[in-house]
Amino acid sequence: MKENVTIRGGAHAAQTHDSAVKHVTGEARYTDDIAGPAGMLHGCFGLSEVAHGLIRDMDLSEVASAAGVVGVLTAADIPGRNDISPTGRDDEPVFPDREVQFHGQPLFMVVAETRDAARRAALLARVTYEELPHALDPLAAQTAGYPHVTEPLKLERGEIAPAQKSADHRIRGRVAVGGQDHMYLEGHVALAIPGEDDDVILHSSTQHPSEVQHMVARVLGVACNAVTVNVRRMGGGFGGKETQMNIFCAAAAVAAKKWTRAVKIRPDRDQDMIATGKRHDFVIDYDVAFDGSGRIAAVDGVLAARCGYSADLSGPVTDRALFHADNAYYYPNVRLRSRPMKTNTVSNTAFRGFGGPQGVIAAERMIEEIAYALEMDPLDVRKANFYGPGGRDVTPYHQTVEDNILNRVVEELEASAAYRERRAAVIAHNAKGGIIRRGIALTPVKFGISFTATWFNQAGALIHVYSDGSIHLNHGGTEMGQGLNTKVAQVVADAFQVDFDRIKITTTTTGKVPNTSATAASSGSDLNGMAALDAAEQIKARLTAFAAWHWAVPEAAVAFVPGGVQVGGETVPFADLVRAAYAARVHLSAAGFYKTPRIHWDRAAGKGRPFYYFAYGAACSEVSVDTLSGEYRIERTDILHDVGRSLNPAVDLGQVEGGFVQGVGWLTTEELWWDEAGRLRTHAPSTYKIPLASDRPRVFNVALADWSENRELTIKRSKAVGEPPFMLGISVLEALSMAVASVAGYRECPRLDTPATPERVLMAVERLKGAV
Amino acid sequence: MQRHRGEIRFILNDRQVTLDDVRADAMLLDHLRLVRGLTGTKEGCAEGDCGACTVLVGRPRDGTVDYEPVNACIRFLASVDGCHVVTVEHLGAGGTLRPVQRAMVDHNASQCGFCTPGFVMALQALWMRTPTPTVTQAETALQGNLCRCTGYAPILRAALDASAHGNPADDPLVTLGPELAPRLAELRDGRRVVCGEGRNAVILPCSGEDLAEVLAETPGATLIAGATDVGLWVTKELRDVGPAVFIGHLEDLAAVEVTSRDVTLGAVASYSGAEAALTGAFPHLTDYWTRIGGWQVRNMGTIGGNIANGSPIGDTPPPLIAMGAEITLRSARGRRVLALEDFFLGYGRQDRAPDEFLETIRIPRPEAGRIDAAYKISKRRDEDISALAAGLSVLVRDGIIIRARIAFGGMAATPARARAVEAALEGQPWTEASLVAAGAALTDDFTPISDWRASAEYRMLAARNLLRRFYLERQAPGGGRTVRLDGVRETG
Repeated sequence: MKENVTIRGGAHAAQTHDSAVKHVTGEARYTDDIAGPAGMLHGCFGLSEVAHGLIRDMDLSEVASAAGVVGVLTAADIPGRNDISPTGRDDEPVFPDREVQFHGQPLFMVVAETRDAARRAALLARVTYEELPHALDPLAAQTAGYPHVTEPLKLERGEIAPAQKSADHRIRGRVAVGGQDHMYLEGHVALAIPGEDDDVILHSSTQHPSEVQHMVARVLGVACNAVTVNVRRMGGGFGGKETQMNIFCAAAAVAAKKWTRAVKIRPDRDQDMIATGKRHDFVIDYDVAFDGSGRIAAVDGVLAARCGYSADLSGPVTDRALFHADNAYYYPNVRLRSRPMKTNTVSNTAFRGFGGPQGVIAAERMIEEIAYALEMDPLDVRKANFYGPGGRDVTPYHQTVEDNILNRVVEELEASAAYRERRAAVIAHNAKGGIIRRGIALTPVKFGISFTATWFNQAGALIHVYSDGSIHLNHGGTEMGQGLNTKVAQVVADAFQVDFDRIKITTTTTGKVPNTSATAASSGSDLNGMAALDAAEQIKARLTAFAAWHWAVPEAAVAFVPGGVQVGGETVPFADLVRAAYAARVHLSAAGFYKTPRIHWDRAAGKGRPFYYFAYGAACSEVSVDTLSGEYRIERTDILHDVGRSLNPAVDLGQVEGGFVQGVGWLTTEELWWDEAGRLRTHAPSTYKIPLASDRPRVFNVALADWSENRELTIKRSKAVGEPPFMLGISVLEALSMAVASVAGYRECPRLDTPATPERVLMAVERLKGAV
Repeated sequence: MQRHRGEIRFILNDRQVTLDDVRADAMLLDHLRLVRGLTGTKEGCAEGDCGACTVLVGRPRDGTVDYEPVNACIRFLASVDGCHVVTVEHLGAGGTLRPVQRAMVDHNASQCGFCTPGFVMALQALWMRTPTPTVTQAETALQGNLCRCTGYAPILRAALDASAHGNPADDPLVTLGPELAPRLAELRDGRRVVCGEGRNAVILPCSGEDLAEVLAETPGATLIAGATDVGLWVTKELRDVGPAVFIGHLEDLAAVEVTSRDVTLGAVASYSGAEAALTGAFPHLTDYWTRIGGWQVRNMGTIGGNIANGSPIGDTPPPLIAMGAEITLRSARGRRVLALEDFFLGYGRQDRAPDEFLETIRIPRPEAGRIDAAYKISKRRDEDISALAAGLSVLVRDGIIIRARIAFGGMAATPARARAVEAALEGQPWTEASLVAAGAALTDDFTPISDWRASAEYRMLAARNLLRRFYLERQAPGGGRTVRLDGVRETG
């Protein structure tokens, strides 16, 4: 037999997702698929029917006496602290005891023998309220004098006032940026199984098992060591399961301990969408000063966000919006301020990009304003403002951009997409004055990688090598479809030089790797890959020492190679070495750890190096717009995206394609619509429209910048990929904008708010026609 | 043999299931997941909009079994009587991946995997009937499946590549069809099925005539055909639907008859079942038809149901009203015929007695000189509910509009004719100016509402523009200026 020359599924291989076969056969198990223990109960929340008010009376007698009901839980039944604020602000009760702060807020939970019985019983509550005035959006909240839910941030560099005075041009404007529901296909689900003493075990679809552990312990009033949280996989997360699972797990755990029976909560889609947070909507006021060549002199921006009734993650989300309000552009003088507004809506939360995309929209809107004002190609305005040498490399937060590759990315894409020729063709088409107008735009993204809360940038892993040579891998990250488990297993396969299949990927659990961070901020493989590599290297070191001793060769003569371990002149099969090492009492298990180097952030000063590195990309999209109805279609999109040296090109390509389409959905058809009473009326896929297969670009060319390599010592020189491609969808928004602008000779910026639904597009067309 | 059968019988994957205690509100998905432990089929929305619950339902046809993908979440359990229900577990049985599964794996078409079983089932159905689909055919087949991770590109690649991994003629679902068809025919033995009584009664009549009798005995029972609306009464509103009379299986009510004068649709003809006949006789419906729901919904949903539920935003009434459709209502007392627009009395009120059912819809063929169009505007092009829908039919002689029938959905509490617009058009020349001028009359006909689908202002403006489009898109045929995004789309 021919000797293996390479392993299967090592680092940089286009390894298929480890669960792919289980996905297509239906064998992959999600939390709701776990067979429940005998006697399992089901919980269902009862929701508030006002946006803001005081509970006068909550009559749950009919709920409690309904068929199949075991009992109800209210704020009074919380044994520990009635707070699940992830930032410890004590502003987010499991159930409110007095004040209701949004329409759809969970007020109580009914527990019944079946899910159906619980859902029916929950509707029987009779709650009377003293209604109070409400504010639903950030502008209404400001008018009503509502507070910030968390401390605002200011980033400042240079002096804007003199630059504004001396600039040739100055434009002030506003853009309203809509929110977005995660619409993960698997909704929230929590299963709590009571144990002895204080113990409780949870199975849940959460991105953040450690936080669930902390919250459940806090709410139960027990120590963290009593709570174990397990996650095998999620049916999508996108940030929506970073903190939003807390309430379901906490309520399930309280009920499980109270009735000493397993309790599952799986809200229906409507309750999931009504009662859990979403991407923040923003209203952004900008004031940009620039010269006649389109180069920016000063930017003053205020970014106000609809945070909802509590802080949740709104602090870091609005911070990240500011961190990305430069996108790829150097602002010589800049002041950016956040206004994280409290509103009487569900508390908004993490969502892929974490405020960054909203900040990027602000930057790209200003570029558009300049381009239309000067009648320039927006791409030329972009290029004139890219970060570059000569002192033009410092961000508004005083971090120097050291790894800028955007010029090359954009130039390559400009050529491969034939941007200039196609733009000329688009303009020629529109000049004919037809009903169908076209637009094209090429937009870049630069995205900072690292949690801005520096302490989250740590991770752990646990590897066992069993005496038969099989490898058990565990790490603190969670799998939600992004291929994290696959990538980390590739790293471990590469370290041991064994085939991917030898490694068993196991359920993420707080019992194996403690004190983990959320699988978020695109950091999953950066952090957990390094931690797993650390664990693998520890075991390899022990095996190397053992082999050198056992076969009496120098350690330098021991090497892990495909097909075994080279010891001097011979190759010992990996399993044989492990068996011998076990017999010689070598420790074959290791806990690995990693913390990101070189980062620091002083929030009060607005200065630091919050990001380890930046990921880059660019997209060019062309659209057609029907100016009779506002309907549109993406004719073609070309993408070139930077993932450093890809750990797995197949997985990374999937992240880029999927992130782009999700970003397009956010900016086009996904509309959150509240009525005046504060009720969310788009709360299921029948009313909330995410992209379909037929919405993807008619021609879709996606490539990774295969020449890129992370200049930092990241795992195998790769870069994070989860969030950055999301912002490539902005190319579609700007292309729509150009098509609209054509009806007024491209002399007026259409100022399209988002989502740019057919209605908004048609109304913008009418507005611009009226202005001609 | 008893006159009635007291049990629901079907084949689930490879075994027969017989149930004598089916509740009126029992759903197929819950039965699969909670009773049978078949957890490969997922619940994503419980309203037939995401496709994670897609299963195949096979019915005997022409000596073999015809499989259609449907949404198990809103499919009533009782309605699969006499059918073969195939779940994703059945495709994976035996440890060998089927071609569509192989293609999905090879193209990295799953990420989180939660939607994947539903995609696999839809693609299996597509591959069985169209082994080498075009991009448009694949997209149309996947209109009822949402994926939030992949952006769909790899799924489309898999759809186009499935046949590289095998031929549907060799697929067990195809090869075993002739063997299974008679077994299914035997299960559906031609008797009325009655399970439970009173408010829990589940009744499956055995014919249209039998249905008239059942309704005479049980007036006011909930009539359930495709369940794409009634299903949501149960899953979303937890409404009591018993006693329930299921009619989706009645072949005599699903007949589609095409003559030189008209097309007559049985009320329970599904959108899919009627598609060929309708679009053949009325080509202007071709593009419109594929924008009704997703494939699963078109397989389940019926045209009669779309009319009978009286929704102001049903897709079929506007074009059918414009074309002068009339409907026949039947009861044990007899039949009566009325113009479709007269069926809609007001919001939530239709001209149907508790013992009546909608039997047929008759659409006359157009006379020479008639120009027809059907438009739908929605936030998302496919599988969305109309912000507004329009059916426009005008008869033009010597350049003059002799007669106009213009109907809109989404503009009023019911689907309704725009009589002021019609009056403004009649007698006028067939010109852009006439249509633009008539558009001003829309405000006399309608006062639309603002909601999450569209504002009143947009509805009115878009409706006016549709009248213009109606004229413009008929100019310079085969070239000239495009006034509409093409319905049929192929990638280059």
